[in-house]
Amino acid sequence: MSNIIETKELTYAYAMSEEDGRATVALRGVDVAIRKGAFVVVLGHNGSGKSTLAKTFNAVLLPLGGNVYVEGMDTRDEELLLEIRRRVGMVFQNPDNQIVANVVEEDVAFAPENLGVPSEEIRRRVDAALESVGMSEFVQHAPHLLSGGQKQRIAIAGVIAMEPDCIVLDEATAMLDPVGRREVLSTIHRLNREKGITVVLITHHMDEAMEADRVIVMDGGLVAMDGKPAEVFAEVDRLRSMGLTVPDTVSLLYELRHDGWTVPLSAMSVEDCAEVIAAAWKK
Amino acid sequence: MLKDITLGQYFPGDTPAHRLDPRTKLLLVVMYIVALFCAKGVFSYGLTALTLILCVRVSRVGWKQLLRGLKPVLFIVVFTGLLNMFVTPGDPLVQLGFLQITGQGLINAVRMVLRIMLLVMGTFLLTYTTSPISLTDGLERLMNPLKKIRVPVHELAMVMSIALRFIPTLIEETDKIMSAQRARGADFESGNLLERAKAMLPILVPLFVSAFRRADELAVAMECRCYHGGEGRTKLRALQYRPSDATVLFAGAAVMTAAVVLGRFGL
Repeated sequence: MSNIIETKELTYAYAMSEEDGRATVALRGVDVAIRKGAFVVVLGHNGSGKSTLAKTFNAVLLPLGGNVYVEGMDTRDEELLLEIRRRVGMVFQNPDNQIVANVVEEDVAFAPENLGVPSEEIRRRVDAALESVGMSEFVQHAPHLLSGGQKQRIAIAGVIAMEPDCIVLDEATAMLDPVGRREVLSTIHRLNREKGITVVLITHHMDEAMEADRVIVMDGGLVAMDGKPAEVFAEVDRLRSMGLTVPDTVSLLYELRHDGWTVPLSAMSVEDCAEVIAAAWKK
Repeated sequence: MLKDITLGQYFPGDTPAHRLDPRTKLLLVVMYIVALFCAKGVFSYGLTALTLILCVRVSRVGWKQLLRGLKPVLFIVVFTGLLNMFVTPGDPLVQLGFLQITGQGLINAVRMVLRIMLLVMGTFLLTYTTSPISLTDGLERLMNPLKKIRVPVHELAMVMSIALRFIPTLIEETDKIMSAQRARGADFESGNLLERAKAMLPILVPLFVSAFRRADELAVAMECRCYHGGEGRTKLRALQYRPSDATVLFAGAAVMTAAVVLGRFGL
């Protein structure tokens, strides 16, 4: 399968800060390729460059050095800007600050309106997008009366209405309560499964990474680890040295191993974890 | 307390008044205002008032809601009424010390009070029956010719609809900041006007800071959804001018012209 997003030697730095007069380097040469249809989670502590990386994926930020390609299109090419943004939709952290209209359907219609889609087609897309995030009954609602999770699902619907190939969620679950987080996660997992939309989820919640196809760990502007969740989480010490915690299950297994038990670190779900421990117990 | 603001409130409904194209309604309101300012005597005032009553009946907006809309302007109404009553020169009817009420003054006062009340109720009827989105849409389309002289019509309409969208969000935020400052011992209720105004400062500063941050984030989010100005934009609900709109507009224009003409003859 082909790659939807590809970065080559990508570097980025933020403008000089007023206090110390130094530029903050956020990315120091990142090479990642994201396969079409994948569900990729990008982890990292604050300041690791994970959000910066996400923002280069649809030309919100342009690379300082190196290149970013979206389905072969260079994000530096201004002519292709709209096409790139249509293909790679982005959902941000604060749901209140990305909803444009004061009626749900008008907000979902915002992107297709910008793209000059005819009215009947917009209607169809709005209904389909709201259906796909399970918010069909809220078509006429005022967004400010919805819960955080619902607002974020509206924001996702607003992106889906562009019919993108990829959705990037930049810490989109960070401001939500556990219920809202679950709503959003199950929505994007379903979109990934059923519609084949590539998902890049930026987060610092470890447990959100467990069901991903691939986990990329960012540290100090570089890709520190990259692989299947089970592989990445098995390196408990390395993750901890980067200021990241591992999921509770892995942490438990890790402690057990320290005490001389023979358990694998790859059992991440609660059920799997329980099974491995039970198996080790019987021995 | 902040939740009582009824700025541009909209009462959803499905009456002929709601279904009318926003452009028609906007034009009618403009004509209505012109007619009001030309009205002089019983007949012209009566005609404009009758038109309003008819529109209110058609729109099924309750009189209660309409009268509630008058509350914020009550002070202005009373003030202009009294001012007109006492300062208009003419034949004195009643003498109260150095103040006098003249016949002309009384008539002027009634005129002004009626004018303001009808004006406010007429414009409120527009916002009561038209959703903010179709209102800004209508304004954008009506002002479209101004694009030729480089008036940023689309941008203005966009700014207006985003402002309307963020009113509840910012009110909520103000409430939150007020609670936070109260928890730190801030006092908003006591003291004279100046002290109270000073007490508002710790609310306004964080509110402004956060409003700017919101604006910045919203701008990025809008760009991510392919916003690139009004060029080539389509609409979910395209405004449609129906024959009924033309009929209503024509009828409204005729009645209002009649009111203006009556007013010219002092009737």
